[in-house]
Amino acid sequence: MYDFLTGPMLWLTFAVSFGGLLVRAVMYVKGLSWQLDRVAYRPNMKYGIRGGIRSIVAFIIPFKARLWQTRPGFTLIFFAFHIGLLVTPIFLAAHNVMLQNAFGFSLPALPTGVADGLAWICLVGGLFLILRRIAFPEVRIITTFYDYLLLVISVMPFITGLIARYEMGDYNFWLAAHILSGEIWLLALPFTKLSHVVLFFMSRMQLGMDYGIKRGGMKGTDMAW
Amino acid sequence: MPEGKFCNKTPINTEEQLKATLGDKGGKQYYEEMNQLDVDSDKLWASIQKTMKSRTKTWLEICAHCGLCAESCFLYQVNGRVPEQVPSYKIQSTLGVMVKKKGKVDNAFMQMCMETAWSKCTCCNRCGMYCPLGIDMGVMFSYLRGLLYSQGFVPWELKIGSGMHRVYRAQMDVTTEDWVETCEWMAEENEEDWPGLEIPVDKVGADIMYTCNAREPKHYPEDIAEAAILFHVAGENWTVPSEGWEQTSLSMFAGDWECCKDNVLNVYAALERLKPKRAIGTECGHAHRATVIEGPYWAGRPDGQPPVPYIHYVEWLAEALRTGKLKIDPTKRIKEPVTLQDSCNYVRNQGLKDVTREILSYIVEPGYFVEMAPNKEHNYCCGGGGGFNGIGKYREQRNVALRKKMEQILDTGCKLVIAPCHNCWDAIRDLEEEYKIGIRWSFLKPLVIGMLDVPKHLLPPEE
Repeated sequence: MYDFLTGPMLWLTFAVSFGGLLVRAVMYVKGLSWQLDRVAYRPNMKYGIRGGIRSIVAFIIPFKARLWQTRPGFTLIFFAFHIGLLVTPIFLAAHNVMLQNAFGFSLPALPTGVADGLAWICLVGGLFLILRRIAFPEVRIITTFYDYLLLVISVMPFITGLIARYEMGDYNFWLAAHILSGEIWLLALPFTKLSHVVLFFMSRMQLGMDYGIKRGGMKGTDMAW
Repeated sequence: MPEGKFCNKTPINTEEQLKATLGDKGGKQYYEEMNQLDVDSDKLWASIQKTMKSRTKTWLEICAHCGLCAESCFLYQVNGRVPEQVPSYKIQSTLGVMVKKKGKVDNAFMQMCMETAWSKCTCCNRCGMYCPLGIDMGVMFSYLRGLLYSQGFVPWELKIGSGMHRVYRAQMDVTTEDWVETCEWMAEENEEDWPGLEIPVDKVGADIMYTCNAREPKHYPEDIAEAAILFHVAGENWTVPSEGWEQTSLSMFAGDWECCKDNVLNVYAALERLKPKRAIGTECGHAHRATVIEGPYWAGRPDGQPPVPYIHYVEWLAEALRTGKLKIDPTKRIKEPVTLQDSCNYVRNQGLKDVTREILSYIVEPGYFVEMAPNKEHNYCCGGGGGFNGIGKYREQRNVALRKKMEQILDTGCKLVIAPCHNCWDAIRDLEEEYKIGIRWSFLKPLVIGMLDVPKHLLPPEE
């Protein structure tokens, strides 16, 4: 089981996940229409790129965009959740051992304490994201079962990973569950709204180009995101 | 009954149709007919498939349902923060469902969409600035309005409005003759006070071609006279076209894209005919958006620019004050607390935020200008944007919408509001009428004329 999950299944997962995300990104760009979107992308590419980058930067740095400043509590939870979710799996020592075995190279590994901390932050952040969906009427009204499902898919690798790491119960079972849930998450990326891992950049870039080209950028006034 | 006499899928294209629809007072029969109007699901779905590109598709798909857009929407704020006013909910429950059901929706759904698109969103685009994923629901509501219009689900006034543009190429029944006569009349009326004042019509090769909003010739022609006086004092070589002078677009609010294109091409044709160095539009936000920001795309101009540089009135005024073409008598500057309404359509939509403040630096005594909070691109809609001002059916909702601007103005403590946009000007007038908070409001033109330092030779000879 372990061999299958970390062998052919893993390769398939990577291929589908990363290939799928690449396809989504390419389709996004191909599906833009300067006339229907009302943005002259090509002739004003320089303004567009500039606006696009400003727009991305404003939203990936905590507290940079006005939005993040107006909602400090949410901003903290949001960034903690996303940083934990992305940094932990990439720089986890155990994952890098696998990387070393497969390719003969590895990334710098996180000290165990830090990795544990990040994993817990991600879990707690996820819990808060679920709680606010229930607590706030303005979030509740737009929340569907699908939103909860995606949150569960996203935190499941962390729950199983932590159980395995603390060796609670049957280690081999939880390890397999961890790998499987991680693969489910990866496979879900291109097919669900988790595709925002790349489409966030595409959408933000596009709106940034819109503002950079026709909504102020060419007038020399930058949008104060 | 699949289609009504007034409420149907056919745009108003003739004067007779227009007058008949206007005769249906308040749209009484129109809205009754709407209850029977069939939805052409196949056409609706075909149109969605053809026009909904990756941007809108992605927006609908990846919306994380985080609710952060809620507080960005002034309509959510003034309507008791009911969840039904959350922008994400508003678009997902309308356009989102329409797409999910592949256009197979019924009359009641379309009427709900109409009410949402025209009374719960003014397309001010503020939510787009507060969405982490860069989802602009104002853009999507504009798109939804187009789909609704094509199926005949559009408020009575906007069906008429776009009909006006189709029949007269103006948002009101101002014909070419009416327009030219109004220009002549205004020049005559003012030439005693301003010797040599002219409103040159169809002059080829002028430096400036001036265009305006049909409300000016129809209801406040003094605005045209004021523009003429300021151009005259500034020594500009300018003209107005006899045809293609109207730059507003109620068809843009109505979602009648075909008509939008026809109108803007009419203005661009005037530019090509008169070959001015540049064009200047009046103090109107949506007119500027229609002719300068969106217009080039309707007209299919790949660079996204009008045929000649086309600027908003505030840009010309700032330039004239900066270069000394117009001089302000410092003793006549505004010496009372004054605030400024940032129009969504040229501030959030074209970044003209600093240029308006530059004008204020010339005409307001230092220390008297009070900013609204929030301001510039974060400012709230006047409360009547996107056609909201003109729709009788939603007057009550519009009056609630005005409360945000009222709060903002009251917070500044100012009694004078400068609103260089027709629609904002109207909304602020209505808010005073409705809530009586004791404020005055003004365009820039009359204020500036009142404080000009006019060179002696331009003044009437002394008795």
